[in-house]
Amino acid sequence: MSRFSLSDKAFDRLNFLFVLLITLIIIYPLIFVISASISDPHAVNTGRMWLWPVDVTFEGFQRVFQNDAIWTGYKNTILYTAVGVIIHLFVLLPASYALSRKELMGKKAWLWFILFTMLFNGGLIPTYLVVRNLQMLDTMWAIVIPGVVGAWSILVARTFFQQTIPDQLVEAAKIDGASDIYLFFKVVLPLSMPIIAVMALFHGVALWNQYFNALIYLRSEDKFPLQLILRQILILNEVSADSASSAAGSAQSFADQIKTASLVKYAVIIVSALPLLIVYPFLQRFFVKGVLIGSVKE
Amino acid sequence: MAKDQSIQKGRGATIKKNFLRNWQLYLFMMPVFLYFFIFHYIPMYGVQIAFKDYYATLGIWGSQWVGFEHFERFFSSYYFWRLLKNTIILNLYMLVLFPLPIILALAFNELRNGAFKKWTQTLTYAPHFISVVVVVGMLVAFLDPNTGLINHLLRLLGMDTIPFLTSPDWFRHIFVWSGQWQTLGWSTIIYLAALAGVNPELHEAAKVDGATRVQRILRINIPSIMPTIVILFILNIGNFMQIGFEKVLLMQNTLNSETSDVIQTFVYQTGILEGQYSFAAAVGLFESAINIVLLITVNQIARKVSENSLW
Repeated sequence: MSRFSLSDKAFDRLNFLFVLLITLIIIYPLIFVISASISDPHAVNTGRMWLWPVDVTFEGFQRVFQNDAIWTGYKNTILYTAVGVIIHLFVLLPASYALSRKELMGKKAWLWFILFTMLFNGGLIPTYLVVRNLQMLDTMWAIVIPGVVGAWSILVARTFFQQTIPDQLVEAAKIDGASDIYLFFKVVLPLSMPIIAVMALFHGVALWNQYFNALIYLRSEDKFPLQLILRQILILNEVSADSASSAAGSAQSFADQIKTASLVKYAVIIVSALPLLIVYPFLQRFFVKGVLIGSVKE
Repeated sequence: MAKDQSIQKGRGATIKKNFLRNWQLYLFMMPVFLYFFIFHYIPMYGVQIAFKDYYATLGIWGSQWVGFEHFERFFSSYYFWRLLKNTIILNLYMLVLFPLPIILALAFNELRNGAFKKWTQTLTYAPHFISVVVVVGMLVAFLDPNTGLINHLLRLLGMDTIPFLTSPDWFRHIFVWSGQWQTLGWSTIIYLAALAGVNPELHEAAKVDGATRVQRILRINIPSIMPTIVILFILNIGNFMQIGFEKVLLMQNTLNSETSDVIQTFVYQTGILEGQYSFAAAVGLFESAINIVLLITVNQIARKVSENSLW
């Protein structure tokens, strides 16, 4: 027996405390942001607010809703996410299904063709030049097409189809004279709602949260997604709180601008994360499922 | 001879028959084929601009070959060693923290209270879904020298305030630990799945022999999930040099660039911002090459040592 021995009961207590501590550390910043978004910025900036809201005000949210740039960004992000997810499913699902079928010839070659891109890619600059040569710069397509599907998603979806669509089902339908296209839409897709949901969610979250493609491919501000607007407000501190205040900029006191900035800051974080915050508790198990299907090694 | 020919002919006929019968399946492959061809294989072909002097008007093919000129310029420049050092240190730092999610997963796995386990998991997964812009935005707010929470705390404790985000000494710590904050919980999922697959009979047998919880974790749980650990470790190495570059870019400023300048941000700066396409492509290619060598090496080692490998 080792000299270091901890009774099981003591271990249980220590372990409980350990997990509790980690959880508190992780959620504290989130609670802080939520509280700060409805607190008086002066209280936040002077350190009076550290957990629960102090001097509750909804001015921050009002300013956010008055801000045209944020609205435009929000609208763009919703558009890019919706269009991007649809194209993603359109590219991903038929191919993953075809790859799961034994009738498809050259399966090894297809898989190599796809998997090789995990190992090697041309890199930032050559990809940028392709997008530029396709005249996609400063259009929505530069956001939704590059990265529309990854090798990982194809493998995951293919594994799902292999496991859930029995060969007999396909063969029986074919004997009845069904075409592959008919079969795919009328039989396979209705049986595949879990994987469709998982894939749409993963890709949707990624699109909602990404800023880099927009940073390099977009020029016009009216096409910027929310994340780029957030970058301006949160990181570059380029706050044009609303059109009225920037017009009266000189009249407005410096302190007032700073106040506006910190007011908008926390509220805009909440507003941007709102869709995810709302759906996350309900969809968490789907996300977890997605990770787990993906980890099945063949 | 005649037999061979008839077999070949037969094979040709089979392929034709297969294609005619299943052409719709091949149609299904078309979007994926086009996407990977255009956005992955054409850029691979385009990598040759690293060895050329690329002019948009001449195109990739028409531009002049210059051999290793761009590589030489990069290797001999004064920022080369700084970029390499920063990239390696930052990634090693992250790699050192690789065991943290394993520890948390082992701890989750030992929890007996189901509701507590479910809640703590749900809460610790949450930061994974926050965008990198918001995470850096939160860092900016929390670490502000005047109004930030952390500096208020330091003042309360009678210490000097620290300009965290403009300090080269702090950049790595902030980058790596905020990354842990975001991904720690989420990274436990795969290990928890592996732990769920541990044979319960092993635990029963160990209990009969009087093994404590700690002993069973060390002797049963950890060895049982070792294959998963090795595979994830290799995958981590495969991403070495390029993890989190988008976050580095957001956290970077002229005051902390001494430690925050990494190869990828340099590619972005020289390529996208300054338009030195050939030079930036060469720098990017150098990085990809290191990555592939690392991945293959680690995979070989893992195959020899533990019999777990990607291929």
